[in-house]
Amino acid sequence: MQNKLLSKPFINKTRRLLWGLRFNDGLIFKTLIYTLLIGIGFVYVYPLLHMLTVSFKDLGDLLSPTVFYLPTKFYTDNFKQSFQVLRYFPTLMTSLSVTLLPAVMQTIVASFIGYGFARFRFPLKKTLFAIVMITYIIPPQIVMIPRFVLFNNLGLLNSIWAILIPASFGQGLNSAIFILIFYQFYKMIPKALDEAAQMDGAHHLYIYFKIAIPLSIPSFVTSFLFSFVWYWNETYLSSLFLGTSVQTLQLRLLTFVSAYQDLFPGQAAMINEGIRMAATLLIILPMLIMYFILQRLFIEGIDRAGITGE
Amino acid sequence: MKLKLKSRHKEALSGYAFIGIWIIGFVILTMIPLIRSLVFSMSQVSITGAQGIIIQPVGFEQYVKVLTTDVVYIDMLITFIQQIILYVPIIIIVSMIIAMMLNQKIRFRGFFRSVFFLPVIIASGPVINELIAQGAGTVPLIERYGMLELIHEILPPILAEPLTALFTEMIMVLWFSGVQIVLFLAGLQKISKEIYEAALVDGASPWETFWKITLPSLKNIILISTIYTIVMLSTFGNNPIISQIRRSMFDVQGGYGYASAMAWIYFLLIALLLAAAFLLIAFPKREDKEKRGKVYAK
Repeated sequence: MQNKLLSKPFINKTRRLLWGLRFNDGLIFKTLIYTLLIGIGFVYVYPLLHMLTVSFKDLGDLLSPTVFYLPTKFYTDNFKQSFQVLRYFPTLMTSLSVTLLPAVMQTIVASFIGYGFARFRFPLKKTLFAIVMITYIIPPQIVMIPRFVLFNNLGLLNSIWAILIPASFGQGLNSAIFILIFYQFYKMIPKALDEAAQMDGAHHLYIYFKIAIPLSIPSFVTSFLFSFVWYWNETYLSSLFLGTSVQTLQLRLLTFVSAYQDLFPGQAAMINEGIRMAATLLIILPMLIMYFILQRLFIEGIDRAGITGE
Repeated sequence: MKLKLKSRHKEALSGYAFIGIWIIGFVILTMIPLIRSLVFSMSQVSITGAQGIIIQPVGFEQYVKVLTTDVVYIDMLITFIQQIILYVPIIIIVSMIIAMMLNQKIRFRGFFRSVFFLPVIIASGPVINELIAQGAGTVPLIERYGMLELIHEILPPILAEPLTALFTEMIMVLWFSGVQIVLFLAGLQKISKEIYEAALVDGASPWETFWKITLPSLKNIILISTIYTIVMLSTFGNNPIISQIRRSMFDVQGGYGYASAMAWIYFLLIALLLAAAFLLIAFPKREDKEKRGKVYAK
């Protein structure tokens, strides 16, 4: 019996099962990969889990040394208070309006500009395109002061225009990336296609609207989603240009503690981790929901964007 | 001939029509502001109610002031350089490793990919600030077992400080890797299977295949990811330097001129870091090739 177990074919078979033909198809390797992926995955979602558990804890749970992870009861006051302090629904509407519109404009304009660079020959094209790319690395801090002065003179500060106008002229948040995405895509459409259309006497604009746009719907989706997310998460420039009169969810989170103390003066000392985590969770909730539904589009978008192509 | 010329003109005109909106925007919203910012940085800018903005040229005085007297800002810049040097390679290597794991024949690839990409969607300055403030940015085990104290005991402070910062913000470092992982994964999937099969037939080990095939094929993506990472880290909402620039804007001590000088110094620093990264990635291992050449020559 012993002999049979230790016979050579058996050992070989076991070894092959464990180590595989060339290491990376064996059982040991697979186990290692899954363990690592699950471990890293856990670290990735750990802040979210932390947020979620803490936000349901009442003061007793927070202070109690015996409560580590799960709260002892289903306590929702943190959310109720945060909801009030953030003025959630009106602020959400503001957030959406100062985020969606710039994202839409930025996408449309990037498509237009990308098409221009990809489909036509004109003097200085290479130089201009290089400048487009360079604008990506210019930190906004450099141009922000003169833009601030300019918008101030034009009376555009503290309104959505201060965000929307740069976006509409291809100078918004990461505009260069979106122009590049569309450029890469439009370059792939065979020239013969619009030459044929031109033979039929079609105008460039007509070709752009009738042929290019329908073909590039996926690029539009990708650009819009990223533009939306980046504008949503951007607070530095928006807090400067929007001031205190237009408050987005992110900006309210920045001033959450003082806003809380204004709303609940008697309980100034009562603000705790639970409430702050509930507020943070409420801020990211719209994005979480959107990501849950559209995650495929985000990731495939980067795959397809062709940024990696060159 | 005439007709041909005409059509070429026509094409150029159409091209300009399409990119015209960018040219206008660039000139008004980027180029002129760049020049003005440069002018500001070399002036004393004062804002008066009646006359608006008054600009008095002072040469490089503001730059000198920043570089010689602003200890806080210089300190921030040094911390930033340390952070970039430490974080960028870690982010790149970690995202490459994760992407390579995802590129194996595994189940739930889509699920894992979604998890690793999730932070990109929710990471904003205020959210990250809250998380760090509440201690959710650390892996709890690291602190519990006194690893940080250990690091401080073993290493000199120059190394220990950024390293402990790295560990206390480990999750955040991972959170900044979402886009890079997807970029690397896309790059890995573009490498043709035949090359790997050929290498297998020639008896190459996975280790050799990685260094000879995978890594060279990913060079462009390493470059793109590095640029992306540096730019993202330098403009991310909770970066202390950009907050400091903003604070100086409305500061009595500072003002637009001073803040502009700070911004330009910061820009130059970023440009230098980007250039260094570019040189390191685009032209590496020159000696290596020479060596190989010599070996073959023998």
